[in-house]
Amino acid sequence: MNLHYLTRKAANIMALTASALSAAFGIAFLFWILKDVLVMGLPAINASFFTELPAPPGTEGGGLANAILGTFMITVIATAIGVPAGILAGTYLSEYGRKSRVADTVRFISDILVSAPSIVIGVFVYAILVRPFGGFSAIAGAVALAIIMLPVVTRTAEEMLKLVPNATREAALALGAPHWKVTVHVVYRGAIRGITTGVLLAVARVSGETAPLLFTSFNNAFWNFKLTEPTATLTVTIFNYAMGPYEDWHARAWGAALLITSVVLLVNVFARVILGGRSAQ
Amino acid sequence: MKLYDRHKADKAGDALFKSVSYFFALSVILLMSLIFIVLIKESWLSLKTFGFKFFVSSDWDPVNGSFGALPAVWGTVVSSLIAIVIALPVSLGIAVFLTEMAPKPLKGPIGTAIELLASIPSIIYGMWGLFVFAPLLSEYVEPFLVDYLGFIPLFRGVPMGIGMLPAGFILAIMIIPFISSVARDVFLMVPSILKESGYAVGATKWEVISRVVIPYTKSGIIGAVILGLGRALGETMAVTFVIGNSHEISLALLNPATSISATLANEFTEAVEDLYLSSLVELGLILFAITFVVLALAKLLIKRTALEGGRR
Repeated sequence: MNLHYLTRKAANIMALTASALSAAFGIAFLFWILKDVLVMGLPAINASFFTELPAPPGTEGGGLANAILGTFMITVIATAIGVPAGILAGTYLSEYGRKSRVADTVRFISDILVSAPSIVIGVFVYAILVRPFGGFSAIAGAVALAIIMLPVVTRTAEEMLKLVPNATREAALALGAPHWKVTVHVVYRGAIRGITTGVLLAVARVSGETAPLLFTSFNNAFWNFKLTEPTATLTVTIFNYAMGPYEDWHARAWGAALLITSVVLLVNVFARVILGGRSAQ
Repeated sequence: MKLYDRHKADKAGDALFKSVSYFFALSVILLMSLIFIVLIKESWLSLKTFGFKFFVSSDWDPVNGSFGALPAVWGTVVSSLIAIVIALPVSLGIAVFLTEMAPKPLKGPIGTAIELLASIPSIIYGMWGLFVFAPLLSEYVEPFLVDYLGFIPLFRGVPMGIGMLPAGFILAIMIIPFISSVARDVFLMVPSILKESGYAVGATKWEVISRVVIPYTKSGIIGAVILGLGRALGETMAVTFVIGNSHEISLALLNPATSISATLANEFTEAVEDLYLSSLVELGLILFAITFVVLALAKLLIKRTALEGGRR
């Protein structure tokens, strides 16, 4: 009898220890990766990193200013395309078609698209925007990222709009406001915090994407301000530099990794803590 | 009269707003169909040239124009399975810790830390795997594996730190946050009265978890795992750096291999011949189709748990 209790107790302690250890394991890797990115990336960060063009391997100095601008530019355009489209699609799901079959299908497809392989999105955009128009371009990269944002924003916007109580809608409708005004002036206003959080998380996610940009915006060693030309981004630069054979390329790749990781994490922490929203997934 | 005009304007505004939002909702479906159509159209040449042979041939010879998907599909599937085998127990442990064990003030921060791990761009995992993790593996872990577990064919190969097993491991670290946060959410759906009944008849915490919580959330957990699998199958950057890009099929997991996404990332911009490009697109089509099926399955299973939650 005593042995029975002992084995049960032992199994309990062992299982709970294993659980605590797995949590520790997960967190240890987070800090291990962050520590390495910080330690290896910090030496590469200086004033010229932000202001100069890439230098040839083996030469001192040089920076990734063009890639920083490129990532910023492509992310902004992708946001400008993906966010309004996503919010409107989410509006339909929450305000008009809540239980319709179309809405169910859109939800189902969105949830699949959210986790669809991003490299295939790159191949798709290559086929529709790069080859027919004769070359890699910033706009193709932005469209690829916008496609990745669309389902994320759609689902978050829907969830956040649904949180607005129906009584609020009914109150505004009872005053004689048309449905679209109720949606724009009342429902959107009530959900603005949640939607902003979702949008920030989506922006953070696509700004760290590499795979869809490899065959769309490609890369460029120089400044580029034209949307129809190949454009350097931080992530594709990391890919090319880290795969390359030169030590100073690796150092700059770590610098770029530090920059993009800190931006992504800061946006995430900001979105979660300051806006107090739950995660978008 | 003026009021009537305004009423008309409101009506028109309503119709416009509704149809615009309807259009964007439909655009999601349209996009998915368009992706399939374009991928099929672009891979038509390869589909026609190789037919079914594409799926079973392990040739990958750009010079002679002979292509087969088997090595890439094999690498995608095996590296993802390795990732799941490593990630599943760890993620369940994390979910158990977060829902049943962690003291209240720790729950939030640890949960957030794990979710932050999910937001790190995947290229960082890949790069870290290549520069930090691979050297450690080749120095300490893999020689040990070869020496002591080498009698199992799986643990043979060149201990370079680059290959199928390292790729699977990096993928595992990447998908742990996804699986554990879904698992945590389904664990939270277990009504506390069920758990309390368990404790009331004298069950230990582990007995409640293993005999009440886990059976109750079974299909949700399977859904979470398949969701993680979907992520792992389609992941590019975490894999490309560490898998080694070799179109050889080998049972020895330490040997370099390749995956669909790694092949695309490495070869797509170099492919000049039509057949080569078309074969690469067909690989992309296969990947898209596999993940579509896997994710659809995950979605249905998670939905079922949510529906059955109150009934069982």
